[in-house]
Amino acid sequence: MSSPEEDVFAVAQSPGEAARASGDVVLEVADLTVGFPTDDGLVQAVRGVSYQLRRGEVLGIVGESGSGKSVTSMAVMGLLPGSAKVSGSVRFGGRELLGAPDSALTKIRGRRIAMIFQDPMTSLNPVYTVGYQIAEAVRAHHDVSKEAALQRATELLEVVRIPNARARLGSYPHELSGGMRQRVVIAIAMANDPDVIIADEPTTALDVTVQAQIMDALDTARQETGAAMVLITHDLGVIAGRADRVLVMYAGKLVESGSADDVFYTPRMPYTLGLLGSLPRLDRPSERLTPIPGSPPSLVNMPPGCPFTPRCPLSQEVCDEVEPPLAATTGPDHTAACHFSEQLVDAEPGQLFGTTVTDSEALAEFVRETEEQPS
Amino acid sequence: MTTAPDAPPAAPPVLSVRNLVKHFPVRSRGLLRRKVGDVHAVCGVSFELAEQETLGLVGESGCGKSTTARVVLNLQAATSGEVQYQGRELTALSRSEMRALRRDLQIVFQDPYASLDPRMPVNEIVAEPLRIHGLYGDEGRDVVRDLLRTVGLKPEHGNRFPHEFSGGQRQRIGVARALALRPKVLVLDEPVSALDVSIQAGVLNLLDELQSELGLSYLFVSHDLSVVRHIADRIAVMYLGTIVETGTAEQLFSGPAHPYTQALISAIPLPDPRKERARERITVVGDVPSPVNPPSGCRFRTRCPKFADELTEAERTACVEQPPELVDRGQGHPAACHYAERKSLI
Repeated sequence: MSSPEEDVFAVAQSPGEAARASGDVVLEVADLTVGFPTDDGLVQAVRGVSYQLRRGEVLGIVGESGSGKSVTSMAVMGLLPGSAKVSGSVRFGGRELLGAPDSALTKIRGRRIAMIFQDPMTSLNPVYTVGYQIAEAVRAHHDVSKEAALQRATELLEVVRIPNARARLGSYPHELSGGMRQRVVIAIAMANDPDVIIADEPTTALDVTVQAQIMDALDTARQETGAAMVLITHDLGVIAGRADRVLVMYAGKLVESGSADDVFYTPRMPYTLGLLGSLPRLDRPSERLTPIPGSPPSLVNMPPGCPFTPRCPLSQEVCDEVEPPLAATTGPDHTAACHFSEQLVDAEPGQLFGTTVTDSEALAEFVRETEEQPS
Repeated sequence: MTTAPDAPPAAPPVLSVRNLVKHFPVRSRGLLRRKVGDVHAVCGVSFELAEQETLGLVGESGCGKSTTARVVLNLQAATSGEVQYQGRELTALSRSEMRALRRDLQIVFQDPYASLDPRMPVNEIVAEPLRIHGLYGDEGRDVVRDLLRTVGLKPEHGNRFPHEFSGGQRQRIGVARALALRPKVLVLDEPVSALDVSIQAGVLNLLDELQSELGLSYLFVSHDLSVVRHIADRIAVMYLGTIVETGTAEQLFSGPAHPYTQALISAIPLPDPRKERARERITVVGDVPSPVNPPSGCRFRTRCPKFADELTEAERTACVEQPPELVDRGQGHPAACHYAERKSLI
């Protein structure tokens, strides 16, 4: 790598290094790569993701389906199937987790790092009561009596605001609503006072009013445990008010990273700008949306260059050849992976992306042909 | 609602729905399968749809919005109530009489994976409505080709099968199929809910343009308030089978008057960090009650923050005993709350 680029990186990394030196980093992911072998070739689901999670912060990871955001966290937890090819490094409290034996991981999973999945019906066991499942999580890591564990389970259910907590201990998951089940999952995640909670689309399957309740329960869980949180979602709204820092993923890579304000108000990657322009807004009268043309690339046999090139209004020849690294933009903590990120200064989505989608000529033809239809 | 909401449209409405009711029987287990109760899915819903207008029907799962859409199209028989299309009563029509009218009334479903026949090439999927109505004729091929181009697909791909397309493209195929007969009314049942935002925006813009070019009226059913605000001229908010508030998009978002609408609006996270951190939140507790046995009086009272925190014991009596009517109580648009009060939330 040439020296100017290294310089950029040095600037971009320096605050992180300071944080690590002070022991402030709880989770550090470096150059994480995940591939799944298939008949068609290797699916490169995650391609070199690096981030640091600092004590007590909320890190939002946002991306569309297939961007690799969930696979990244599964790899962190060591939950991927054996066929997955994982490389890079995941360090938790200074210890390497990738390649660590299961016995070592079991001591960390659920105890120090807890995970909340999207669908509470599949993450809870249907044949055990919720009280049993919470107590099991407590007893897996602490040598306490059944009664004490159940007592703790009751307290946890009260913390996540389940009414009649004691009576609910005897309920099976199918007897609870979706929102209640997700509260139980959050209670289990809190059970051992973890340092990190990874929440993967925790509210996607729920109705909006219940979604708001669950996000409140998650906030409570974080305050009670003081844990740092990785909040993975496709919904830019969910992370806007909660995340301290935001990572944007596209085609298995981080394409932008910065504080929530940086990413939402001064995006420096055309994809981020396009996403914001695609969102219908509740807080503004209707204006034309500016969709991103095309669709995300296949992750099998990816061509060289920036994966966003085919959909990007700024793309030039260099974009087809060189995949840009994350480089500092407005400040060292705000990075974007785009050769032309400086062109996005003060850009509005409408200046880059168009709104017209119908082929007016074809539409006129269609109207002419069908007007003669007999009624 | 017994009168037309807000300013009644000058022209007669294309579609007019009055006191629509749909109950599904709940049967006992065992041999006899006696009827032991009813799921009150839709309970007295009334609305009108004007020409070239989009009415957004919004609510959470189980509120009856999709059932309403299906009953309106007579895909499911109404228990009672009236649905009039251009002055004709639809609920009384026989299947064959209805079939002729289906040319004018089409639907696009939520799941683009389940609503297209996996064994039919796309050309055939789009041509099928034309064939059924005997309109394929000499120009049929051209019609299909132009339709595919209109919705943003390549006509060369017409020989491909649905599984070869992405979710957004499949939804475009669904739109092309619905348009083939040049309908007047399109019912869109959560048409973009299964799509990623960058793809969703394209389909929304497509629907927008098609409406103005083809003079369509949309009944747009969705759980997503942001999408509905974007696309709808007027909005009806549903809760547990009834419409609780209705008005123009502007009225509803600048001054929602029903506590449920207020809670819905304030529960939706805004993609704007500063606004989001500074927002006032109205939260509701608990889950939607069972539609088998809905609460007496106002159906929202069991979760209503106003009922729980603001009203006196005497004031609550009305909520428990009297189902509130959907009328304008001085807020500028109708809301079904005895104590409706405009709030500014965004």
